[in-house]
Amino acid sequence: MNIKNYKKIVVVGGWFISSLIISLTTLAQTDPLIEKVAQKLALVNDYVAEGVMKTDVSFIKASLGKVKVYFKKPNLLKVKKEGGISLLPRGGVSLTINTLLNTKQYTTIAGGTQLLNGKNLTVIKLIPTDDNLDWVISTLWIDPIDALVYKTATTTKENGSYEITMQYGDYAKYGLASKIVFSFNTKDYKLPNGITLEFGDEDPAAKQKALKNKKGTIEITYNNYTINKGVPNTIF
Amino acid sequence: MWSLINVELYKIFRRPRTYIAFGAIAALIVVIQLGLKIDGNSYAAFLMKDINDTLTVDGKVLNGYLICYILLQLLLVHVPLLVALIAADMISGEANLGTLRLLFSTPYSRTHWVLAKFIAASVYTILLLIWLAFLALFVSMWVFGTDDLFLMKSNYVVLIQQNDVLWRYVGAFVFASFSLLTVTSLGFLMSSMANNSIGPIVGTMSAIVFFTILSTLNIPLFTVIKPYLFTTHMNNWKEFFDIKVNANNEAITGSVLNIPKIKTSLIVLSLHIILFVSASIIIIKKKDILS
Repeated sequence: MNIKNYKKIVVVGGWFISSLIISLTTLAQTDPLIEKVAQKLALVNDYVAEGVMKTDVSFIKASLGKVKVYFKKPNLLKVKKEGGISLLPRGGVSLTINTLLNTKQYTTIAGGTQLLNGKNLTVIKLIPTDDNLDWVISTLWIDPIDALVYKTATTTKENGSYEITMQYGDYAKYGLASKIVFSFNTKDYKLPNGITLEFGDEDPAAKQKALKNKKGTIEITYNNYTINKGVPNTIF
Repeated sequence: MWSLINVELYKIFRRPRTYIAFGAIAALIVVIQLGLKIDGNSYAAFLMKDINDTLTVDGKVLNGYLICYILLQLLLVHVPLLVALIAADMISGEANLGTLRLLFSTPYSRTHWVLAKFIAASVYTILLLIWLAFLALFVSMWVFGTDDLFLMKSNYVVLIQQNDVLWRYVGAFVFASFSLLTVTSLGFLMSSMANNSIGPIVGTMSAIVFFTILSTLNIPLFTVIKPYLFTTHMNNWKEFFDIKVNANNEAITGSVLNIPKIKTSLIVLSLHIILFVSASIIIIKKKDILS
């Protein structure tokens, strides 16, 4: 191989590497649509929302309960049931769109478009740049016209994967949903009869089989929001 | 009849043995409450291990309602043995002392005496249950406070709103009174057949243990006879704490999942009470008190 060939290899290789670096840099930049969504959410410093929560997990019988949801920038979120015991997906409830975007510690990758419930939505993937964040990757389905996020799918480090779908109403201008549905995978539930003292059950095996391998959902339908009126840190 | 019942009640509550059951129940409940007050959170964490893998439970899980449920699960199995101590001694004790002849030589019929004794034994049983309810429910509510009832069953969890709980306990205690009265009547029947107290007391306890084991075994051979055993139905007070869900898997507040099961159990227990007391009357009527 002569010197000319070496030069060609160096030039082509250099061009390839520089192109790769340029394209990766372009991809790692924050998507303008995400910026648009973030700007809308930035209007909200804190809120208190009242709503009704429905727990739908195969092995849980629970009635509807009134809840209050407290949020404060950048990522403080608390769901409290009024006078009772509340069940929430482990770690997942705090991963709302506000808490994901307000950290500003992510890069975006465009994922094309998808039709969801009759809406043509832009798909964008978020990858955290801070290793200390609990989530690994999050996919957002965003309406490019309204800059509203209709669905997120987030994978966490320790608490599995969550899907959150949103519907919007009166508070859409703040990017706040009127209904949120958290979907998550549930593990099997079983307590030995010796602990529950439930001996002589008719057909526990059949009952257990029917309850296995189901997905759990928690729905919160919001009645109203109180926005930017201040929320004390003690709530969280 | 009222005077006969008073006489029998006087005899029951004059004996120190009567208060053993009250003392035993108080001691057991206080010990369990104390244990749960000091180390209840680790017990709750152990119970909720599977749930905590998926969900975060926020609220006072270990409240008075759950403590009462735990206590009833533990105690309603053993209280029948305490009831047997008194009920199985009602007639045989008098036969042993020789005072049965005196009773039956009064102007009152044997049926009157048997019924008076049974009613007096039933009063004792009900008072024992009220004592249990007071300590297990009201003292637990006072010590641990109240919240929703988060009930962990073998295969599923029931979350009952706190304003929907108290009436269920009233129902459960009324149901438990039928269960314990069945034991009272069984002890009474055993008592009518013997002339000393030890035999009927041990016999009643043995019958409860024997039939309870049959009721809890999921062996096809016993499945056929299980619906007819009173011990199968005695634990169905728990049915008050299982609720219906609608098509959207939302629990229906104020509902009970299996009302027919509760009704059937009450009928079976009532029939046992009638059968045992009637058999006692027949046996006592034919009883030779001269020898």
